[in-house]
Amino acid sequence: MASSAKEMKEVLFGPIFANNPIALQILGICSALAVTSKMENTVVMCIALTMVTAFSNLFISMIRNHIPSSVRIIVQMTIIASLVIVVDQILRAYAYSIAKELSVFVGLIITNCIVMGRAEAFAMKSSPGLSFLDGIGNGLGYSVVLLFVGFIRELFGSGSLFGTQIFALASEGGWYQPVGFLLFPPSAFFVIGAFIWILRTFRPEQVEPKD
Amino acid sequence: MADKKNESLSKTLLVVVILCLVCAVVVSGAAVGLKPIQQKNAALDMQRNVLDAAGLLQPDTSVVELFNQRVETKLINLNTLEVVEQANDLGPVNYDPIAAANKPEWSTKLDKSEDIAGIGAREDVTKVYFINNEQGELQTLVLYIRGYGLWGTMYGLIALQPDLSTVRSVNFYEHSETPGLGGEIQNPKWVAQWEGKQIYGDNYEEVQFDVMKNPAQENHDIDALSGATLTSNGVEYLVDYWFSDKAYGPLLDKIRKGELNNG
Repeated sequence: MASSAKEMKEVLFGPIFANNPIALQILGICSALAVTSKMENTVVMCIALTMVTAFSNLFISMIRNHIPSSVRIIVQMTIIASLVIVVDQILRAYAYSIAKELSVFVGLIITNCIVMGRAEAFAMKSSPGLSFLDGIGNGLGYSVVLLFVGFIRELFGSGSLFGTQIFALASEGGWYQPVGFLLFPPSAFFVIGAFIWILRTFRPEQVEPKD
Repeated sequence: MADKKNESLSKTLLVVVILCLVCAVVVSGAAVGLKPIQQKNAALDMQRNVLDAAGLLQPDTSVVELFNQRVETKLINLNTLEVVEQANDLGPVNYDPIAAANKPEWSTKLDKSEDIAGIGAREDVTKVYFINNEQGELQTLVLYIRGYGLWGTMYGLIALQPDLSTVRSVNFYEHSETPGLGGEIQNPKWVAQWEGKQIYGDNYEEVQFDVMKNPAQENHDIDALSGATLTSNGVEYLVDYWFSDKAYGPLLDKIRKGELNNG
């Protein structure tokens, strides 16, 4: 393996801020909207997606020299779909209540553009070790955005974090009037927009040139 | 990167077949291997829901232990009002009335005019949870209820006091109503209103229970959810349906006479 430590670091940590799959490539938005109303669900979803991306990258990279290019997308899909089903089964066995809330979105990891995108763009050309790290890195990039969105939505939408009440709600005699809109999926658009804005303020090189 | 020989028909077929075999083995291995744990989880979840509806759920005790100690599960045919040992080859533990309602041979299809709760078909055999006190007298009866809300079917359990009209508690354990509006059917404050309400009027003949703005009859009505008219209506209709003569009405009459709940 010719990869140096520096390259490995770049592959692993690059996608977190420098090349974030959601903020820069705008991939995988759908699940970012759907599962982020509670931190608990968000964390499980992040772990599930990171695992799927990492292992699909690993397996696809391992057999990349044998995949006929005419059927490569199908081959990638099959591997990803199998991994997603396995993850879903594991969640149902060991995190039943969360799996019940997430179920359809775990299934939708199959269509998450990040997984397919990394398989096609990275794993098909790189060694298994690096591909695995790339999968973890992109999973972390996705997780950073999701956790940010989930944090804001749960804190201001329900006044709690991980189900523990932080702000005393007005409906229960406290002072905080929750922002109900944040519990709806579209609110995540605004939060993701804000995340991209903040990110690009600190990293102006990510701003797209004017048309 | 594309090797010339990778593109041949035989290589393509070989890769695809091997891949499918490997993936099939992995997926079915995971599904079969984890099934016992998943079924245990599902059963545990249901037991927790039943205990929650009956108001017995305590944070420190084991759900399984408490359930086995206090709850007696019976399968009852709603058409003949007889207790059955088995339904569709499943005993009281594994039988799932909601799954049965989806099978034409195990359920009765409802007419449009009858189907006020919007459930399509009613299972022939239901599962009833009897909770007795230490003297063996019926303390709480827990029944399955369900009906269509705004976005989908709301599944719940209702716990009744021994007169089988007064509500002890209700628990909508599964629904797809709008979070923050219809989703408030799970809000403990709204659920608390149900306690002590009587579903039937005098002589247990007519369902008096209503979900409305500014409840009119203190004994029978609960406040609707603001901003969720269709969910509130759905709850009212499902109670109307399940407590009518078409569903649990005759069964409740029979239990009230002291039948069915001995041992």
